[in-house]
Amino acid sequence: MNRTELQTMAEAERSRQQAFRCRFLCCAGTPCLSAGGGAVQQALKQAVAARNFEASVEVVGAGCMGPCSRGPLVRVIAENGEETLYERMTPEKAARLVEAHAAPGSTTLPEEWRIAEDSPFFSKQTKIVLSGSGRVDPERLESYVGEGGYSALAHALREMTPEEVCEEVVRSGLRGRGGAGYPTGVKWNLMRKAPGERKFVVANGDEGDPGAYMDRTLMESDPHRVLEGMALAAYAVGAEQGYVYVRGEYPLAAQRMERAIRAAERRGLLGHRIFESRFNFRIDIRIGAGAFVCGEETALMASIMGRRGQPVPRPPYPAQRGLWGAPTLINNVETFGNIPPIIQRGGTWYAGYGTEKSRGTKVFALAGKVSWTGLIEVPLGITLREIVFDIGGGIPGGRAFKAAQTGGPSGGCIPAAHLDTPMDYENLQALGSIMGSGGLIIMDDTSCMPDVAKFFMEFCMDESCGKCTPCRSGTVQMVRLLDRITGGRAVPEDLERLEDLCMLLKETSLCGLGQTAPNPVLSTLRHFREEYEAHIRERRCPAGVCDLGN
Amino acid sequence: MGVVTLTLNNQLISAREGQSLLEVIRENGVDLPTLCHLDGLSERGGCRLCVVEAEGTSRLLAACVTPVQEGMNIRTHTERLVRYRKMLVELLLAERTHVCSVCAVNGRCELQALAARLGIDHVRYEPLHPDLPVDASHGRFVLDHNRCILCGRCVRACDEVEGAHTLDFMGRGVQSRIIVDLDQPWGSSRSCTGCGKCVQVCPTGAIVARENIAGGVEKRPDFLLRILEGRQKRIWRW
Ligand SMILES: Cc1cc2nc3c(=O)[nH]c(=O)nc-3n(C[C@H](O)[C@H](O)[C@H](O)COP(=O)(O)O)c2cc1C
Ligand code: SF4
Ligand code: SF4
Ligand code: SF4
Ligand code: SF4
Ligand code: FES
Ligand code: FES
Repeated sequence: MNRTELQTMAEAERSRQQAFRCRFLCCAGTPCLSAGGGAVQQALKQAVAARNFEASVEVVGAGCMGPCSRGPLVRVIAENGEETLYERMTPEKAARLVEAHAAPGSTTLPEEWRIAEDSPFFSKQTKIVLSGSGRVDPERLESYVGEGGYSALAHALREMTPEEVCEEVVRSGLRGRGGAGYPTGVKWNLMRKAPGERKFVVANGDEGDPGAYMDRTLMESDPHRVLEGMALAAYAVGAEQGYVYVRGEYPLAAQRMERAIRAAERRGLLGHRIFESRFNFRIDIRIGAGAFVCGEETALMASIMGRRGQPVPRPPYPAQRGLWGAPTLINNVETFGNIPPIIQRGGTWYAGYGTEKSRGTKVFALAGKVSWTGLIEVPLGITLREIVFDIGGGIPGGRAFKAAQTGGPSGGCIPAAHLDTPMDYENLQALGSIMGSGGLIIMDDTSCMPDVAKFFMEFCMDESCGKCTPCRSGTVQMVRLLDRITGGRAVPEDLERLEDLCMLLKETSLCGLGQTAPNPVLSTLRHFREEYEAHIRERRCPAGVCDLGN
Repeated sequence: MGVVTLTLNNQLISAREGQSLLEVIRENGVDLPTLCHLDGLSERGGCRLCVVEAEGTSRLLAACVTPVQEGMNIRTHTERLVRYRKMLVELLLAERTHVCSVCAVNGRCELQALAARLGIDHVRYEPLHPDLPVDASHGRFVLDHNRCILCGRCVRACDEVEGAHTLDFMGRGVQSRIIVDLDQPWGSSRSCTGCGKCVQVCPTGAIVARENIAGGVEKRPDFLLRILEGRQKRIWRW
């Protein structure tokens, strides 16, 4: 395919869509599907067929629309472009939807089926990475192309040198979304300059953090965006082979990525001589077998090479010695998702969002005690209060906000006193938490913080790979100590022992898993120490969660 | 090969480029405890006993896997490091079941010796006492998981020096365990050559030869270097 053909495809897709009187986009993300989204889509199709509307009405599966807990969701796009979003759809309701929209005038629908698209849940968000999610059909390449897909790649291959692509990413200020927040442009430049005949690009879609599903959603909802981002990276750093490493528990994401790769290859958007240039780039999928540690980059590479997924000491970093000894660029899936818009609209445009040191937007999986849970994308620098009370719609049941847990098992808690802190990498770190990959769990006053810490510690214990002593053996002892505390069996020295172990793990563990495993404990100790002391000294759980029956 | 200079415990020393910190530290007569490192085997960097402080970075470095660099300023025995080492050995002692008085290598065990050297007289952590089997199916060797510290020396010796790769790890975290072939009784292994290298390199009583059990036999892990050197120089070629 060349650039003109891409434009032709995009125009054809747009006029195809405009020819419909009405389009039903059914959310086909995992949360909506498990809430019955498949049956809803089926029912819509049947109702359309029953009325012989096939030629004028389209029913398609789209990606995640955001408020996943209200699924299955259906977005209806009318001929005049007007959109309506419906929540908690059922097959019965679906048939009435077709009547109301495709045969106008016949019926009206109950107001409460609808989600107001001007509610703060949507209006306070800025969608860059997720701009196509819930709009494009993840199973059709044309759909992505119709939204401008692959034009950034076409542009870069014709009009930009690899240096310029890297420069644009540097200018955007984008930082890695996999957790550590390392500047992406700097990493790309290091990779570009790394000597090597062969180079690799890897998209990290392992996403083992409990409760987080940002990367799964992107892969399921807009797979071509990830591929385009990877292709741009490969061009920028000089790689010809890429891998998407998908977590084993994400079969749908893997399937859609696989299908997207095949479609892109067939059209010459991946493979040899992309856009009739001299650039070749192939992508293959690798499926993880279900170990959190395989998200760690050295373990991930071992796993791709078919070895036991255990970390090895860095340096050498992957950019120096990666897959089969060759320089390897590893970025998170969401990081790659940011690339096409950055190339298309420029790094300066992207840097206009966010704060001084944390540019752009970040996707969070908002969960826990808020009225609206789901997937959100917000400009960095937004306050926690805006997320919890505007986007999330506040705490249900009139209860009080207690803390937000960010960064999953490597992260920590932000207490109510810091609700107005702008969320960026530096501020979160200063509060003893981290941005992490984007898990965001809101807790009200019914949560017990030592208990929360124990949950994350148990996770780390189960996920420790067992290679190094402090993590393998230390996490177990920490869980035991936390168990004594929450079980009302602890003595004051246990707290000291726990803090000692925190420092040991942090400072001596081999990889990031062990080094960050103590963070939930340290952060709850920092902000909620009195809760630990109440459990130990008074055998009392202030939140009333723990059974201290001795 | 180039020469680099660095500071070790306030003393200026020189080293060859490409050497590991551990090599250099030992060459200079500083006694740095290690368990997973063994001269002649690849580094695992797993036990973490060899951690040292380097000025200018807040991270601790595992000496066995860190190459020397010009101008490094290394400390090996600060109060913090000694405390951590003690904790690490205590964690190892609590992890499996170590009853030295009935152990075949009592008095000749690296873990025991290290605990003694670090002045460990009791363990602050709850002993886990996992319910682990003893594999005595092999005619000459015994594998007792209750005394294993998962250092992987046996695995590497079997793979890298003997070339059999009979031994490996299974499971993860504290559930990790040494296995023979596809987790089968050692006696039924078709890949094991019975060379006994794993016995010699195991720092504890986890792998012993039956004759060890009677007592009195020292393990001699230094044979590795002789073999490797011989191979490299082709001493035994006719
Ligand atoms: C234990 C552990 C688990 C990790 N899991 C993930 C993961 O699931 N996804 C991810 O993108 N990065 C994960 N990371 C971070 C990666 O090692 C790596 O830093 C990241 O993929 C780099 O991409 P970025 O620069 O785009 O953030 C993990 C790190 C550690 C230490
Ligand atoms: S810190 Fe934990 S996960 Fe990382 S290498 Fe050590 S044991 Fe494995
Ligand atoms: S292996 Fe060493 S520490 Fe363990 S019981 Fe035997 S002598 Fe004691
Ligand atoms: S006896 Fe030799 S071949 Fe057999 S397991 Fe031990 S090292 Fe490997
Ligand atoms: S059996 Fe011995 S050498 Fe092998 S891992 Fe266990 S303690 Fe180390
Ligand atoms: S999966 Fe349907 S809205 Fe998120
Ligand atoms: S000797 Fe360095 S980590 Fe074990």
